Amino acid sequence: MALGVGCSAPPGRALENKTGAWRVFKPVFDPETCNRCGTCAQVCPEGCVHETEEGTFEPDLDYCKGCGICEEVCPKESIRMEKEEK
Amino acid sequence: MAKVEQEHELFTAGHRACGGCGPALAARLLLKATGKNVIIAASTGCMEVFSTPYPETAWGVPWIHSLFENVAAVASGIEASLKKQGRSEKVVCIAGDGATFDIGVLCISGAFERGHDITYVCYDNEAYMNTGIQRSGATPYGASTTTTPTGACAPGGNPLPKKDMPAILAAHGAPYVATASIAYPNDFVKKVRRAINTPGPCYIQVHTPCCTGWGFESGETLAMAKLAIETGLWVNYEMVNGVVEKAKKVRRKPVEEYLSRQKRFRHLFRPARQDDEIAKIQAIADANAERFGIDIKVKEPAE
Amino acid sequence: MMEIMEGSHAVAEIVKRCRPQVISAYPITPQTHIVEALAQMVADCELDAEYITVESEFSALSACLGASAAGSRVYSATTSQGLALMFEVCFNVAGMRQPIVMTIANRSLGAPLSIWNDQQDSISLRDSGWLQFYAEDNQEIADLHMIAYRVCEDHDVLLPAFVCFDGFILSHTYEPVDLPSQEEVDAYLPAFTPYHRLDAEAPLSMGMYATPEYYMEFRYEVDRAMHRAKETFIRAGREFGEQFGRDYSAFVEGYRLDDADVALVAMGSICGTAKDAIDEMRDAGKKVGLLKIRTFRPFPGPEIAEALKSVSTVAVLDKNISFGSGGAVGTEVKAALYGSGAAVYDYIIALGGRDVRKRDIAAVVDLAEKGKGDLFYGLRTEVL
Repeated sequence: MALGVGCSAPPGRALENKTGAWRVFKPVFDPETCNRCGTCAQVCPEGCVHETEEGTFEPDLDYCKGCGICEEVCPKESIRMEKEEK
Repeated sequence: MAKVEQEHELFTAGHRACGGCGPALAARLLLKATGKNVIIAASTGCMEVFSTPYPETAWGVPWIHSLFENVAAVASGIEASLKKQGRSEKVVCIAGDGATFDIGVLCISGAFERGHDITYVCYDNEAYMNTGIQRSGATPYGASTTTTPTGACAPGGNPLPKKDMPAILAAHGAPYVATASIAYPNDFVKKVRRAINTPGPCYIQVHTPCCTGWGFESGETLAMAKLAIETGLWVNYEMVNGVVEKAKKVRRKPVEEYLSRQKRFRHLFRPARQDDEIAKIQAIADANAERFGIDIKVKEPAE
Repeated sequence: MMEIMEGSHAVAEIVKRCRPQVISAYPITPQTHIVEALAQMVADCELDAEYITVESEFSALSACLGASAAGSRVYSATTSQGLALMFEVCFNVAGMRQPIVMTIANRSLGAPLSIWNDQQDSISLRDSGWLQFYAEDNQEIADLHMIAYRVCEDHDVLLPAFVCFDGFILSHTYEPVDLPSQEEVDAYLPAFTPYHRLDAEAPLSMGMYATPEYYMEFRYEVDRAMHRAKETFIRAGREFGEQFGRDYSAFVEGYRLDDADVALVAMGSICGTAKDAIDEMRDAGKKVGLLKIRTFRPFPGPEIAEALKSVSTVAVLDKNISFGSGGAVGTEVKAALYGSGAAVYDYIIALGGRDVRKRDIAAVVDLAEKGKGDLFYGLRTEVL
């Protein structure tokens, strides 16, 4: 593939980098206690918390770095960070 | 089903920010505020570096990076060109505190003095983070950085105050200047929208705590941002034509609650408490409270 | 239409006809008349451009970059200290492949501060990836701007250019210049069609950063573009000749070179003086000629070697010095003539606006004939 003139590139290529591999802790979302406020999705620095069809939320583990912000902000304590077994 | 959402993000995942990065969140929120009809001019810094290692760009909108210190000048040129071409894209600068407060002061002053129709968003993580946590003009009093380290001859950390960049730009005649914080994302988004729809040069300084540089757990980024506001060390306010209009009110907590949770202030507590230094920082918070009127007045109970 | 005008005004008039959309320039002696004239044209509704009164040269070129990336043809002008302040941006612009055309009214660099002419400023940026053209007179400086836009904006090139003329000597001198009409310029120089641009309809990230895995290839691309610029320049120069009657298809131009024993090599206005001196020396029986270099970047090494192949003695006039080494033009000419057997001498001359007269040119030729070279010509030893 030819070099992008002037060191340029079209959108989308960052998605090739699956940052989920960085993770030590994994977020576990409990749809039972979720109040569907959407804060977790709003404040994830990766933008990788997505709404399910039921209106609850789940992480995209391909990109989740396991930072724990979602656990900290959830008003219902419905997200827990767990050490990931690899 | 969750995967499809990713394509709708204008600032995608796959970027190389540290887990828990404050600026990364600011970038996501910025593009939620602007939508697609925007041209982003970025300065060299953490955000530029973690979001655009060739060819992996996280930006889904037109984006340009030139140098560390010239984003406001580059944006001035973009704005002039769009004006000539009759195009409607909003021109938004995104730069760290280093690029804004220090090395970029020349260009930002010129751009604001000339009154270009641009919005300048400074993501403030209070040091030159990308190069390894060195002091900037935005580093608060008492913070330890690699160029204001603590030692026997310098027990207090950074001895210099935080430059009041919003006031400087308001003095240039900027019609709208605001501070914001990722702790209050809706407020930040609202302020960005107001700025891009206000003709003339507008400035938003958004507080973006840095877990790596400040020394706290990655999950606590928003908690830190909130504490900064609750202690009065950061004030969320708006200035319209140079006059402070709205400042977020708080039930103030003592600064120690904020300082004690970050490694960059650890020297204030260990090996020995530096009460006089902590008092100086408390005085800064008190002065902010006084200046912006942020204290929620507690009604005295009737006798 | 032939008019007698100041060099700076000739530049302003031609730039106006090139229809830049954005002008961003900071005043600095001796370029000021150019930017002032352009400002007056905008004020008089003669030139429909956004004119940004930037706060420094650093910002001037940065604003040009932004405007160019957004899809506008842009213009700037500077010299000396201003160009030095743009150093960082110059490398950035070339790397970002933006076809910015910038006039350089050549002036010496401080310290010590000097407002007078030499070519140190543009020559000191010879590594930057900018094309460099040098004008002998005010007709050439006008013509070279049109050609520069053509060459730079060609999608095979996409590099910026310095269009250089000697400060004060040309910028502030009145000469007859044949200025083309707007229609004629439009016929030669079509509207700017950027290769790509900042556009919400077709988003792109421009100016990303390159790891060691990619950086070298990006630099190679700039060098390749610089080499491709040679072909583009020849074509643009020939077409210029076909339209306007003045051919610019050569990177170098010989004057009475065919049977010369000694050849002078020079760039810029000094060539005019050299030609007059050569005429006098020829009348006195000396076989001297001149090789004028028009394009310093890309450097026309093979063309110089070809032009000087029958000359035994070469005297390069350098209005610049690379301290601890020699004059830049002389160094590169020597490299081009390596293996030719010619004796090549370098003369540092006319720095900081020191006057060069016909007798100085003759003295240089004399020194070269005697095998005395690689020196500063005309030092006032009494003040040393």
